[in-house]
Amino acid sequence: MSESPIDIVGQEYRAGFVTDVASDTLPPGLSEAVVRHISAKKREPAWMADWRLAAYGKWCAMRPPDWAHVRFPPIDFQAISYYSAPKSLADAPASLDEVDPELLRTYEKLGIPLHEREALAGVVKAPDVAVDAVFDSVSIATTFKDKLADAGVIFCPISEAVHSHPELVQKYLGSVVPQQDNFYAALNSAVFSDGSFVYVPKGVRCPMELSTYFRINERNTGQFERTLIIADAGAYVSYLEGCTAPMRDENQLHAAVVELVALDNAEIKYSTVQNWYPGDAEGKGGIYNFVTKRGACIGARSKISWTQVETGSAITWKYPSVVLRGADSVGEFHSVALTNNYQQADTGTKMIHLGPGTRSTIISKGISAGKSQNSYRGLVRTSPAAKGARNYTQCDSLLLGDACGAHTFPYIENKSPTATIEHEATTSKVSDDQLFLCQQRGIDPEKAISMIVNGFCKDVFRKLPMEFAVEAGKLLEVSLEGAVG
Amino acid sequence: MSLLEVHDLHASVNGEPILRNLSLRVETGEIHAIMGPNGSGKSTLANVLAGRPGYEVTAGQVSFNGAGLTGLEPEARAQAGLFLAFQYPVEIPGLSNMEFLKAAWDSHRAAQGAQPESAVSFMKRARALAKSLELNPEFLKRGVNEGFSGGEKKRNEILQLLLLEPKLAVLDETDSGLDIDALQTVAAGINRFCSADTGVLLITHYQRLLNHIVPDRVHVLSEGRIVASGDRHLAEKLEAEGYAWLSD
Ligand SMILES: Nc1ncnc2c1ncn2[C@@H]1O[C@H](COP(=O)(O)OP(=O)(O)OP(=O)(O)O)[C@@H](O)[C@H]1O
Ligand SMILES: [Mg+2]
Repeated sequence: MSESPIDIVGQEYRAGFVTDVASDTLPPGLSEAVVRHISAKKREPAWMADWRLAAYGKWCAMRPPDWAHVRFPPIDFQAISYYSAPKSLADAPASLDEVDPELLRTYEKLGIPLHEREALAGVVKAPDVAVDAVFDSVSIATTFKDKLADAGVIFCPISEAVHSHPELVQKYLGSVVPQQDNFYAALNSAVFSDGSFVYVPKGVRCPMELSTYFRINERNTGQFERTLIIADAGAYVSYLEGCTAPMRDENQLHAAVVELVALDNAEIKYSTVQNWYPGDAEGKGGIYNFVTKRGACIGARSKISWTQVETGSAITWKYPSVVLRGADSVGEFHSVALTNNYQQADTGTKMIHLGPGTRSTIISKGISAGKSQNSYRGLVRTSPAAKGARNYTQCDSLLLGDACGAHTFPYIENKSPTATIEHEATTSKVSDDQLFLCQQRGIDPEKAISMIVNGFCKDVFRKLPMEFAVEAGKLLEVSLEGAVG
Repeated sequence: MSLLEVHDLHASVNGEPILRNLSLRVETGEIHAIMGPNGSGKSTLANVLAGRPGYEVTAGQVSFNGAGLTGLEPEARAQAGLFLAFQYPVEIPGLSNMEFLKAAWDSHRAAQGAQPESAVSFMKRARALAKSLELNPEFLKRGVNEGFSGGEKKRNEILQLLLLEPKLAVLDETDSGLDIDALQTVAAGINRFCSADTGVLLITHYQRLLNHIVPDRVHVLSEGRIVASGDRHLAEKLEAEGYAWLSD
């Protein structure tokens, strides 16, 4: 007689969890026992386990959202394994020979160093060795940590923060994205794997971008990433997430939650380059990226800006938002979303104006190529208390070819009579005439397309940290390959 | 070997036959004017030479610098030194003029196996040329032709001509839409391009441009074929009498 997943979980639970991490993967399925297992596995305090269980309870009563302009077969949430850190050795490719050659070509074009390619492609060897190979200089990491510690900045895995800074985690976790916010947020709250925790103390300007440097080992944060960033009064931090190289993962579903909290006069700049594997040219095998990102400008004159470049994933469902509670606080959203082949993206933002004098800016650039579907969905809401609130939204779509689609869904809910809300939208196509002009001047069509697209995205790229901006341009070029002709 | 040799050319646009039996030979150092009524096929000829998609050679040959052009991509023709100044220059919003020009020049150099010119030296050259065409160098920072007036677009075409140093310039009504002063500026630019090593195919409706740029030969196109050729006096006659006498 075969044992049910629950039984197995139960046994493991009883057996304790001081086991070899590499070989530990839960069988598929989600239940209270699984949630307990995850929590116990991380040796979490009781309050954390209770928090997860509460989220699980809410999730059970929720349905997946169906309003987004994306199509995919229903996900069987009982067929997913919710604990597997790191990835099971059996599923992962053992060497680069087993990886999609297209993906390898892309790494080459992006100039990714050989030793990073394996890690990005999810090749599993001895995990610790792989990480060491990537970050061959432990000393860099140490210097980095020392510098942050000197400034009083806390930057660590959230699983660590639960133990080292429980008061901060307890105070802010779920304070911006409540557990029941949406189906995937509830799921994440119940089973989140790991992610980053950042706390910048009062008046401190974080001495460096919290960034790319960690791009490889972050891939082990798993499919339910959870990030919490707090900028105390007068603090400043710039956080970079993701990397330009397309990342492969055995997990098709990714449901991350990112929460940002800015107190009085604090500023958080959060930049993302999202390039999960989009699937092959037919769209098979790509990642579903269902993310909840939200920032709360709690303090007066605080500022949160999201900048994102989205080129990866088979399906993207993502609306980085800002709740503008503090008086005169500022929210920004700058986005480039590119879809090619069979990719689908439904992305945008929400700017919720609660405080007086709050301002927000939304610049969205959508590029659709191939047979892809690209939707902008944005909400601007002002409450009666948001006196003199202002929003400016500019939403531009660029189409390459005739088989793709661009859609714009702007929602405005204005309850503040003194608010000013402006919305501009354009849709343009790269015309044959434009391409011919470039060709007549000696520029080949692929280069021409990438130049035109880069020009189109300029306003957003300008907002990215320098080294990312260059990489982002290159990334678009590679992502658009095959989009002409 | 001629710079451009068109022999018995027949060409269709999207399947519609437009050019018929057209022959033409341009040597280096020569300026040929192409005139003719609206719809006679002047722009079609220019586009066929440049290899624009949709313009198909159905019979005859075109060779440039001794090599056949058939089947060559437009960018390859451009890199080989064939330049087309457009009758209606298109706008590319967001793509800066300077970046566009630099990419164009890089591609020309790459085709010759040369390294890209340094951005500093190229920008200096571009600014100086813009000034000589009385185009404010600020235009180099704007999007390609974005929001340019008709005359500014035409001057921008000549700027590209002078920057890219082609061998053959096909100028499609570069004089139309220019005010009197601009006409002189543009004409001076074109004359600056003309040398013993280059050739020009000058498509125009008006004698006034030919007062500044003296053609060696003038051809009249009608219904897709050359119906008359002569020296510069032919253009003067056309200016005075129109095209009607040609069909008598
Ligand atoms: N895409 C097209 N499809 C069908 N016919 C076309 C197309 N483009 C041009 N033609 C036709 O080809 C003929 C020649 O056009 P062309 O533009 O070469 O004339 P032109 O001599 O340059 O005229 P103009 O002096 O007005 O610029 C015209 O009858 C025009 O309608
Ligand atoms: Mg014409």
